[in-house]
Amino acid sequence: MSELTRITASEARQLLESRAISSAELTEAHLERIRAVDGKVHGYLHVMEEVAREQARAADEARADGTAGPLTGIPVALKDILCTTDAPTTAASKILEGYTSPYDATVVRKLREAGCVFLGKTNTDEFAMGSSTENSAFGPTRNPWNLDTVPGGSSGGSAAVVAAHEAPLSLGSDTGGSIRQPAGFCGVVGLKPTYGRVSRFGLIAFASSLDQIGPFSRTVADTALILNTIAGRDPADSTSVDVEVPDYTAGLPYDLKGKRIGIAREYTVDGMEKGVSEAVDQAIRTLADLGAELVDVSLPHTEYALATYYITAPAEASANLARFDGIKYGNRKEESTLQETYLRTRGEGFGAEVKRRIMLGTYALSSGYYDAYYVKAQKVRTLIKRDFDEAFEKVDAIVAPTSPTVAFGIGSRTDDPYQMYLADVFTIPANMAGIPGISVPCGLSDGLPVGLQFLGKPFDEQGVLSVAHAYEQATDWHTKSPTGLD
Amino acid sequence: MSLSLKDVQHVASLARLGLTEEEMETLRDQLSSILEHIQVLNQLDTDAISPTAQVIEVDNVMRDDTVAPSLPQEVVTSLAPRSHNGFIAVPAVLGGADEEGGA
Repeated sequence: MSELTRITASEARQLLESRAISSAELTEAHLERIRAVDGKVHGYLHVMEEVAREQARAADEARADGTAGPLTGIPVALKDILCTTDAPTTAASKILEGYTSPYDATVVRKLREAGCVFLGKTNTDEFAMGSSTENSAFGPTRNPWNLDTVPGGSSGGSAAVVAAHEAPLSLGSDTGGSIRQPAGFCGVVGLKPTYGRVSRFGLIAFASSLDQIGPFSRTVADTALILNTIAGRDPADSTSVDVEVPDYTAGLPYDLKGKRIGIAREYTVDGMEKGVSEAVDQAIRTLADLGAELVDVSLPHTEYALATYYITAPAEASANLARFDGIKYGNRKEESTLQETYLRTRGEGFGAEVKRRIMLGTYALSSGYYDAYYVKAQKVRTLIKRDFDEAFEKVDAIVAPTSPTVAFGIGSRTDDPYQMYLADVFTIPANMAGIPGISVPCGLSDGLPVGLQFLGKPFDEQGVLSVAHAYEQATDWHTKSPTGLD
Repeated sequence: MSLSLKDVQHVASLARLGLTEEEMETLRDQLSSILEHIQVLNQLDTDAISPTAQVIEVDNVMRDDTVAPSLPQEVVTSLAPRSHNGFIAVPAVLGGADEEGGA
């Protein structure tokens, strides 16, 4: 593997600034790495080779002109649920196969204006619905640490390409854990920002009250670097919030001494893997060694979060996915009447998990069941949010495992939807409450990465990044990479 | 909580999803099982709790009423599977079979 694909985005930035390397060289090294290993990993659905070369040329010119910024010339991969004008956007669904958006998502526009190089669009569970990337209509992504296991999901492609050094940075989206859980499974850093921190404009909507875009990287500093560019209010997304965006990179140095870190007993469940518990316990001891004060907190409604989510998210999805009807864009299976055209277009265009969630959500919103399911779930959501509000009166951050297990085998959970849903049991509560969460690598169990999750107060991305950075700097798990690909 | 095949047909029709017999039978069993798990919410007394539909408090978001360019018509209509003279072409709207009583 080329040294240029081994380095982090922050290291690449320094080398670009000192003119030790060009963006063209950096980009070619990544394209070569993709050619060498993506046949095994299948992290990319579409490699943007020509676009990337052109952007790299432009970045090198900007460098020569003195107009370059912190991300100019840095390669980034984009989850294929973010709209792009110069590559297809499919949401890994047959219904959008071949579709190219007439506009860029706001995050894509911001990265483009910052001079980033787009390497390609990454694989995902269809419409981001899943926990393993096995629900992609275009075949699963494989975990670079063990090709027989899943990378997690739904942003499994974005996590896998960063773990496999096919990109230093990528963007994903997190509705119930879809950034943090694959980051944990693939041994990389993944951040779900606060709901409202990053514009969702141009993100194909799954569950609009839960969806949030965030980055993957191999270090916390790299996540801070890209968050500086993508965060902030956007007039095109009325739910993006006008809260000041600090310089997250400058705010990273942090002394854990005297900081209060909460531990919630509800984040231990039956069936939790021994290797995961051990790695997380060890990480908690490291935090204590660094001077953090460990505080027991209670989040009593945690056990209800999964059920709350599996009403709320499908209900919102059933409304959001009504737009995919084969009329204005996407693929149409035309019949003699409009009604028949809808039925066939959607029946043949959507995969099994998407249909399951549309059905579940439609049922929960239908006449006679709306109060018993949808309204009930929104009331329980209030209780889940209150749990966090009360806990954060006592602590600066909460530490927990990202998932109860490490990556599971491909095909091992596809027969039982509820078993698959359990993979997100520790990540869903943060989405229900809208708070930020980050996963960082904290160990290996049977050769597979274990993720450590830090949760913080709304809009305190700086807090979770800084705690995670302090932990990362005291350990060397973030320097480990999969070895089986070369 | 157990769904019948008729329930599944009704919901599929509301969702405009064309499903095969086999898919409906699988969904009947899977949705019944998922709804069973969801019954756990009934352990909680939520009579006095107000619902949270979304977590940030936003009221009406206003902006100045200024004219700005939008996507050109020819770009948007070119995305349609079938278009004609700058319009999106669709099959007959009326006359379809619709058991829910309105096409």
